[in-house]
Amino acid sequence: MDPLLEALRLITSGDLYVWNVILRSLQISGSALLLAMVIGLPIGIAVGLTRFRLRLPVVAVINAGLAFPPVVVGLGVFLFLSRAGPLGDLQLLYTPAAMIGAQAILAGPYIAAVSLAAVENIRPDIALQARALGASRRQAILLQLREVRTSLVAAVAAGFGAIISEVGAVMMVGGNILGETRVMTTAIVLETRRGNFDVAIAMGIVLMLIALCVNAALLLLGRRTIRRGQVA
Amino acid sequence: MNTATGPLLGGVGLRRSYGGRTAVEVDRIELREGEMLAVFGPNGAGKSTLMRLLAMLEKPDDGEVTFRGGSGRPAERALRAASAVVFQRPHFWSDSVEYNVGLGLALRGVPRPEVRARSRVVCEQLAISHLLEAPISRLSGGEAQRVALARALVLDPEILFLDEPTANLDTDSRLDLRHDLERVARERATSVFLITHDRGEAFHLADRVAVIRDGKLVQTGTPKEIYENPADVYTARVTGAEFTISGDVTRAHERMVTVDIGGASLVALGEAVPGTPVKIAYRPEDLVLGPPDVPPADLSTRNLVVATVEERRDMGGLVRLRLRGPVELVALVTLDAAEELGVDPGARVAVRAKATALHAFAAAPPAPPAPTLSDPAG
Repeated sequence: MDPLLEALRLITSGDLYVWNVILRSLQISGSALLLAMVIGLPIGIAVGLTRFRLRLPVVAVINAGLAFPPVVVGLGVFLFLSRAGPLGDLQLLYTPAAMIGAQAILAGPYIAAVSLAAVENIRPDIALQARALGASRRQAILLQLREVRTSLVAAVAAGFGAIISEVGAVMMVGGNILGETRVMTTAIVLETRRGNFDVAIAMGIVLMLIALCVNAALLLLGRRTIRRGQVA
Repeated sequence: MNTATGPLLGGVGLRRSYGGRTAVEVDRIELREGEMLAVFGPNGAGKSTLMRLLAMLEKPDDGEVTFRGGSGRPAERALRAASAVVFQRPHFWSDSVEYNVGLGLALRGVPRPEVRARSRVVCEQLAISHLLEAPISRLSGGEAQRVALARALVLDPEILFLDEPTANLDTDSRLDLRHDLERVARERATSVFLITHDRGEAFHLADRVAVIRDGKLVQTGTPKEIYENPADVYTARVTGAEFTISGDVTRAHERMVTVDIGGASLVALGEAVPGTPVKIAYRPEDLVLGPPDVPPADLSTRNLVVATVEERRDMGGLVRLRLRGPVELVALVTLDAAEELGVDPGARVAVRAKATALHAFAAAPPAPPAPTLSDPAG
């Protein structure tokens, strides 16, 4: 049978192996994205909205994070979590937690850097207008962020894109253990080596569809996130 | 809007500099309860900075702003709750008109049904209720400025700060908005602090006018006071005076001076010692033209010169004339009067002016360039 048709059959028939890997990927990358958002967004927004003496070096460090090679991040996390490493006692190596940590380190700088760039370009008259309308400090910040919400969602989408398709770091710290740490990217590598192109193609199709759907969903969310009245 | 006594908002010793350049240096300014105070001056005079300081949106380097006699954070909080601002280029959040109009109320925690109801009432007052559902991006300049005014008025502010609200509008929109400003502000008995570089707007709308130049208040008073007794050359110029007459003072007596303009003498208001060179400010509409053969004794005016019409410019129902006598003069007469007198180029006319219509100022320093002005009636 044609590998492409077989791939579609695997997806539509609810093949246990394929769907197990897909769900594990979403679970790990989703958790990593959440962690990266919780850390990256406040950092990006705070640095973007404020002016302080060491701001330029801080911005440089955040932007440098965009160029982190995933395998180097993977190596660093591996060394930290390995038995001889500082966090070796936690025995997290080759667990989903290790993969979430590595992916969060990869996605965080993307989210921080893109949100920082969006926020620092907010026109100062927006804050002035918000204050003139009687906004509190918190409300004024929310009203400013409302104007760049699409860019903030793009920041999250950029972070998601950086991790959902990443293979080097997760392979190093996760180990590609079936049912535990095997995700779509590591499975594609494995199944291609084995010659199981139908499974690899099925994973590839789903991976691309997920990337497409998540980005579309985030964009829609960006338009609706801060609805009228929610700033008050 | 009638002026009541007692300052609602005040600024004392206000100084604000940017990069070493002083933008505002105002010793004292106050907005009284229920009045409309217009701060009038050219672009770059410090008007908007002064407004931001008084609205407590910016802190002065020196000095103090008080609201209802209080100052500091409590006064700032009270003023924020009791005031609204319309900027020259207001920012709107990308949403509907209704969202933007109701935003200030929503920020104050007013329940949504009340926000909607109050927004609708004020939008009806300003004839923009048909725009409530429209996205803000589709508004024209005039509509947008009206929405900005609605967003401010819906808060029922005690003080309404207006920063050149009509500056970017076409003539029709400007006149419409000016009319709305006057009507709605009076109906709501709101105190208004108006920033403008438009003479017509300041003198037509305001109870009092403060003339500002280079960050300093030059003169504050009712439009009539400023119009009739400009404090200096600058104020005279920005209120529409011409300065084509110059001469030397020959006599000075009780705030009146006699000025030799070369072949004739004029009596004017002013304080200068004999021998001082002066420029005489006058308004073209204050010069009275007539046939050259009427005996001066029949007139109450103390100043009379005979001049020849050099140029005639028809301006709708008015005619602007450039005259040559002992000095060059500019006069403004109605079209009917011009036709009756036959004031075509070459015609001779008698030009009369009351002494109180002429203001003598020391000739130096030279008068600064006047800001862009519109007709006082406009």
